[in-house]
Amino acid sequence: MATITQTVSKKASFSDMLIAFLDRIKTPVFYAILIGWAILCIAPLYFTLVFSLKPVANVYDPPLFWPVPFSLENFRDVIGALPLFPRWLLNSTIISIVVTVARVLFCAMAGYAFARMEFPLKKFLFTALLISMMIPGQVTLIPNFLVVGPGIIRGGLKIGDVTIPTGFGLMDNLGGVILPGIVAAFGIFMMTQFYKSIPKELEEAAMIDGLGRFGIFFRIVLPISTTQLLTLALLTFQGEWNSFMWPLTILRTPENFTLPIGLNWFRGEYYTLISKVLAGSLFNTLPILIIFFIFQRYFTQSIAGTGLKEG
Amino acid sequence: MAQTVSTRPAGLFRRGNNPEKRKKRSEALTAYVFLLPYLFIFLTFTVFSIGYAFYLSFTRYNLLRPPEWWGLEGYRRVLCLESLLPRGEDAPPLVCDDLFIKKALPNTVKYTLIVVPTQTVLSLILAFAMDQKLRFRRLFRTIYYLPSVTSSVVISLIFVWLFSPLGIVNQIFHLNINWLNDPRYAFYTIMILNVFTTSGTLMLIFLAGLQDIPTAIYEAASIDGANKFQTLRYITIPMLRPVVFFVVTVGLIGCFQVFDQIYVMTSGGPLDSTTTVAYLIYKWAFRDTTVKMGQAAALSFILALIILVFTLIQRRIIEGSGSVGSA
Repeated sequence: MATITQTVSKKASFSDMLIAFLDRIKTPVFYAILIGWAILCIAPLYFTLVFSLKPVANVYDPPLFWPVPFSLENFRDVIGALPLFPRWLLNSTIISIVVTVARVLFCAMAGYAFARMEFPLKKFLFTALLISMMIPGQVTLIPNFLVVGPGIIRGGLKIGDVTIPTGFGLMDNLGGVILPGIVAAFGIFMMTQFYKSIPKELEEAAMIDGLGRFGIFFRIVLPISTTQLLTLALLTFQGEWNSFMWPLTILRTPENFTLPIGLNWFRGEYYTLISKVLAGSLFNTLPILIIFFIFQRYFTQSIAGTGLKEG
Repeated sequence: MAQTVSTRPAGLFRRGNNPEKRKKRSEALTAYVFLLPYLFIFLTFTVFSIGYAFYLSFTRYNLLRPPEWWGLEGYRRVLCLESLLPRGEDAPPLVCDDLFIKKALPNTVKYTLIVVPTQTVLSLILAFAMDQKLRFRRLFRTIYYLPSVTSSVVISLIFVWLFSPLGIVNQIFHLNINWLNDPRYAFYTIMILNVFTTSGTLMLIFLAGLQDIPTAIYEAASIDGANKFQTLRYITIPMLRPVVFFVVTVGLIGCFQVFDQIYVMTSGGPLDSTTTVAYLIYKWAFRDTTVKMGQAAALSFILALIILVFTLIQRRIIEGSGSVGSA
């Protein structure tokens, strides 16, 4: 190897020298880039932690890098003294869990049907699914708001003496936030791709044993797809936990807010109490961080996977 | 078998009893049971919603009275092209809203043109650095993903505080800038936030792309005497092109729809300097004192069209450069 390179390039050209030079400084430069960006990524959360551990009065005061004077009053207030914060935490938890469980189940069911069953309009429905993923959420925002909340026709559709409601009447209701999210086109697409990739033999054996489609799905297919289901569950939970635009449109009274909506509202109402918002922010971030650390592999795989499949 | 006992019309009867067809029909029925939750949500919140939004875009609708048909007037008012023409002193006031053409559209384009290249290049550099077999790679990867798992609202609230006049950024760098209340800086602060939160995710996508290039190709190139620049130029970059396309597309769509950060940090101000198309749709539909649902619906279709056009143009550009690279 070495002899070949020597014979090929007898005199070191400028670009060879440059490469040799870059090779030598490469490692320290890359380390500097990695460490620099890592510091930037940690800094906001670190400062948030430091200042949420300081009293409200010191929210802009130095020292910047450690919590002096130290106080737990913000966390105490967020957990106990301000009753809205636990309420928001509860609302966020309910919405995220219900949406996640429903979406994982319904997406798996639909994905299985698309991957394994034959039915009329299959191609058409799958194409419609793919197209719907490309529609920006702003297009459906207004009609969805009308359908979930006040209805398409105010006061309902009157036919004779009968009034038919034209909306779900779920304005300012957690159910209104949940409803449109219980299925997602992306999740169905993901599950369809997965179910197409697994061998059919297992299901065929179960079918010979006399299991119907539902039995096969719940007893065989769901158990072998736990990795995919977990990935979808994690992505869904994270998305719902952090979701903003849709709950902002539906929820109106502070008692019904989710944590992100509540934190933003609280910041607007009590501008001087930003320390409480910082402490509350950590409550919003912490569950996701814990879940992320436990299931990191699934998060990173799912992201890397989408990049390659669609790329 | 079917014919022997048949007393009813043959066609109907045979179809009902043919085991092959009956099996098919029962499978189709089962499939639709599996699809039921999806179809219910899809028909209500996608098919119907798109159709109704399209109808609304041709109406004047303020929620108080039923939608009132006014054809293309909503689109005309959104585009408000006459606001671009020179106008005399005593010209009558415009009967349209120039917020889209004068503020939201230029702002969104500017935002996209700055954020997409910055985050793409930055995440690519980070991915290259991560691809060198350096130590602590897993730790770095975890840290880089932190801004992405944090909610956009929370990170925006933190940035509002960090970039406030008395905030930590001004303190550390000894500046006296009112970042979010100064039209010269507010939009750039939001851009910084977005580059910051998305680069980690994009880096992971690039890293997966880099690690997917077979080492055999690199070995073959080095045997052929290719130097590092040539390897980068003729192997790494062409092999990464589909991943670049994906990252740019994702970035583009994200930038055109940026909303949470704007709502939390500036609400479109100061002086509409941070009003983007997505924010304007929300503002018209839900925030303005007189709600303009029809006009907002019209703008949402214009936004969908813009996203489509940009994605196609950008695909053309990347495919175009592809033919040069492989030559």
